[in-house]
Amino acid sequence: METMKVQNVTPNDLPWKIRYDASRCTLCGSCVAACSFRAIEPKVERRRMVFSESEFPEPKQRFSAVPVIRQAHSIKNYCRGCGICEKVCPNDAIGPQRNIDTRHPIVTRCLGGDSIKRGGRKNLEATTRTLDKLRVGRISQMTDPSLDAQRHTFDLLAPFGRILPPKKLPFGVGPEGLLESKDQAPPVRWIYPVIIGDMSIGALSWRMWEAVAMATAYLNEECGLPVRMCSGEGGMPVRLLKSRYLKYMILQIASGHFGWNRIAKAMPHMTEDPAGVLIKIGQGAKPGDGGLLMAQKVAEHIQSIRGVPKADLLSPPNHQGLYSIEESVQKMFLSFNAAFKFRVPVAIKVAASATSVSVFNNLVRDPYNIVGGFFLDGIDGGTGAAHEVSLDHTGHPIVSKLRDCYLAAVTQGRQGQIPLWAAGGLGKTGDLAADAFKMMCLGANGVFTGKLILQMAGCVGNDMGRCNACNTGLCPVGITTQEPALVHRLDPEKVAQNIVNYFLAMDQEFKKLMAPIGNSSLPVGRSDALISTDKAVAERLQIQYVC
Amino acid sequence: MCRIGAIKSLNYVHPSQALLLMQSQQKGHDNSGFAMVMHDLGGIFESYKHLPTLSLACTDEGLKVAEDILHAAGFSRVLQWVPETNDQPGLDINAMPNYVFETFDYPKHYRKAEQKEKEELLLDMRLKLRRALEKDEMGFVYSFWPDVVTLKEIGDPRDIGTYFNLWEPDNKFTARVITAQCRQNTNYDIVRYAAHPFFLQGYTALANGENTFYLKNVEAQRKMHRGYIGFESDSQCFLYTLHYVHRELGWPLRYYKHVITPLPFEDIERREDKDQLLAIRQSLAHLEINGPNTIIGVLPDNTLFTCCDAKKLRPVVVGRSADTVVISSEVCGINEVLPDRDWETDIYPHEREIVAVDSNLEVQRWRQ
Repeated sequence: METMKVQNVTPNDLPWKIRYDASRCTLCGSCVAACSFRAIEPKVERRRMVFSESEFPEPKQRFSAVPVIRQAHSIKNYCRGCGICEKVCPNDAIGPQRNIDTRHPIVTRCLGGDSIKRGGRKNLEATTRTLDKLRVGRISQMTDPSLDAQRHTFDLLAPFGRILPPKKLPFGVGPEGLLESKDQAPPVRWIYPVIIGDMSIGALSWRMWEAVAMATAYLNEECGLPVRMCSGEGGMPVRLLKSRYLKYMILQIASGHFGWNRIAKAMPHMTEDPAGVLIKIGQGAKPGDGGLLMAQKVAEHIQSIRGVPKADLLSPPNHQGLYSIEESVQKMFLSFNAAFKFRVPVAIKVAASATSVSVFNNLVRDPYNIVGGFFLDGIDGGTGAAHEVSLDHTGHPIVSKLRDCYLAAVTQGRQGQIPLWAAGGLGKTGDLAADAFKMMCLGANGVFTGKLILQMAGCVGNDMGRCNACNTGLCPVGITTQEPALVHRLDPEKVAQNIVNYFLAMDQEFKKLMAPIGNSSLPVGRSDALISTDKAVAERLQIQYVC
Repeated sequence: MCRIGAIKSLNYVHPSQALLLMQSQQKGHDNSGFAMVMHDLGGIFESYKHLPTLSLACTDEGLKVAEDILHAAGFSRVLQWVPETNDQPGLDINAMPNYVFETFDYPKHYRKAEQKEKEELLLDMRLKLRRALEKDEMGFVYSFWPDVVTLKEIGDPRDIGTYFNLWEPDNKFTARVITAQCRQNTNYDIVRYAAHPFFLQGYTALANGENTFYLKNVEAQRKMHRGYIGFESDSQCFLYTLHYVHRELGWPLRYYKHVITPLPFEDIERREDKDQLLAIRQSLAHLEINGPNTIIGVLPDNTLFTCCDAKKLRPVVVGRSADTVVISSEVCGINEVLPDRDWETDIYPHEREIVAVDSNLEVQRWRQ
């Protein structure tokens, strides 16, 4: 008998244990074939059976080799709890179970000598969210009647672009007593108040990315919802850059500048201007940490779009070489504005942090009138890959930070001049309309969301450590992988249909929320419409406390 | 719900007409107050049209404080009119000890100043007086402006009329433009300042309705102009927006409507002036109002106008005779003042319309 080594990793050290019932298993092999992590494997067990064939007990024994499924005892191929085995098992013979005694954070670091990297979400503080402690409490009544969500018309659009203060509008009064424009004003696009957040074509599978782009085009052209999609860092296919669909895309330039070479080269061939440019300084889910695309996901088409070899691709935490808001960001803004001849709004995305109000305060001064938006991303946002320690332990929730930025603008009398867009865990419970509505009441002009889009596509991950393997290139549902076999599990048409349907439902829900407070346009800054039963939340956000 | 009304005439009109206009609508209000602003004054004020008149309700101490401040600033009094009050028992009125209408001459070094400079001085003085009299409620300064007087009181409008002897027409206290409302504020605290109409630098506004964007409006307006203070009522925001659009930005009146009730994006797209309309909608988003309301306003040149919210959820009617135009929440008010007019020419303003009446009583209608 082999000597037992107690330091060996066993399923009891891992975050998930496989529940397996050999008596129900027909050995069809579906689960093993479907497990993208190779966390389960077939094994042959030697079984002893005692039996008697005579009238009186005459025990005999028989040995046989029995094939079974067992969990891999490996720190590399550990079970992520995605539950695909359970999904494909025809007999309910197998499935993952959360192991509350897991030693995963310790053994992984001990054996690997490296920090844990994970995709997905922060896995701490699964408590009630601040947004769930808020309710829409101002219900219009007899004096200020509510509107009829079915009968009345609503303006569900949000600005993206630099908005001039009224006294700076280049207007003069013409001879007929009409206002006439005397000069050019910065470009402003009025778009749907929910932007599909920045997820790159490397982070997502090509089918997933295509499905989102398809849904965006459908929402615009068939449903009349001017939804915009952000490309994420990493560029986009040249064919798309040259197509008319570019007008629905916000091009992101992050610190790695991946893909911008091809974008710059495609500029002369563009038939449409992009919807905007988003300069990503930081992301909420890993503030101060760089974006990470693991080599496993750098497929050939990613290499060609980004112009890189198959290697881990790191977007540094900040645009290298930019050391002050005043000089550097303005310089960037000027160059991107100039590249598109001041026809395309340029916005900036930062992580919600103790310092984001300072950045915002700097930007609202904006003497060149070129800051087209302030995107603020909170800790509850998702990410393709990050060190677990930064994912779980750094960052700032979005709600109070967004509120701080809005109130900073109010203090200066500059609210709305640089549109505020917020994200980070919005729609976590599945109700994006409610979350977005509350964020708008607190001062956001609009919101953006990425993780929820993945949920719409069928992502099985959650905030309690389920799956969260976006970094491995082994996404079991084909959303965040470039493995052809896995990508083919995703049905892009179905994904696009889900996204479109979700947006249509959400649009209706927005109206159902706007009608009772008597609003026919978005409730930006209407914090009087919100109440909280939590005194601390009410005080912090400066809204009405009720009990 | 409030009831509001306004009279504009080629002849001088006594406030009894405004009381009549409002009385017939009394089922629509709650008899909790009466307030009015008179522009283009006649009677004893007629010869002093170019000089500012202070409208003040105050205690004895408040009167002294106010006069001292004005004298210290170099203003000299040229006329004082204290209405005779009829303090008979049983009247429902919560009166202040003194009601003072005093006309002043400008300080010497201001007499040759530009008009604009004088106007800024008058505003600063009113703000200063208001701050000084706020302590212990020594007094309420409603207006300090040439050719304008304001009266506001808490109580039953009929009794307020009796108390100030306003039921009996005379030719001492008249004006060509009178706006009036019969109700104390209900949305927020009951304070004298909160009653409509509101006045600022020649602009008057009063409203029937709500302003669901009150908080947004206030947050924006507080930083826009030093005169935008108080906000005792959500309707004050309508006045400040009018002042901002017309005076501060210098835009024609017709754009007021584009600011407070912007056209839907779909409609803007179809307009020739879409660039301007879109710019207005985005730059002045915080001055939009979304509540149901009807607004009546007066401009410094005594143009009277009315407009409604984007969905026309509050009533208003404009009635005319050869020499008088009356705007009223309910048509019964107009019937009272202009019984012989041709009611077929009454105007029921559209939700996307401004109806404006200039000094020759020419009525203009601007479709937004």
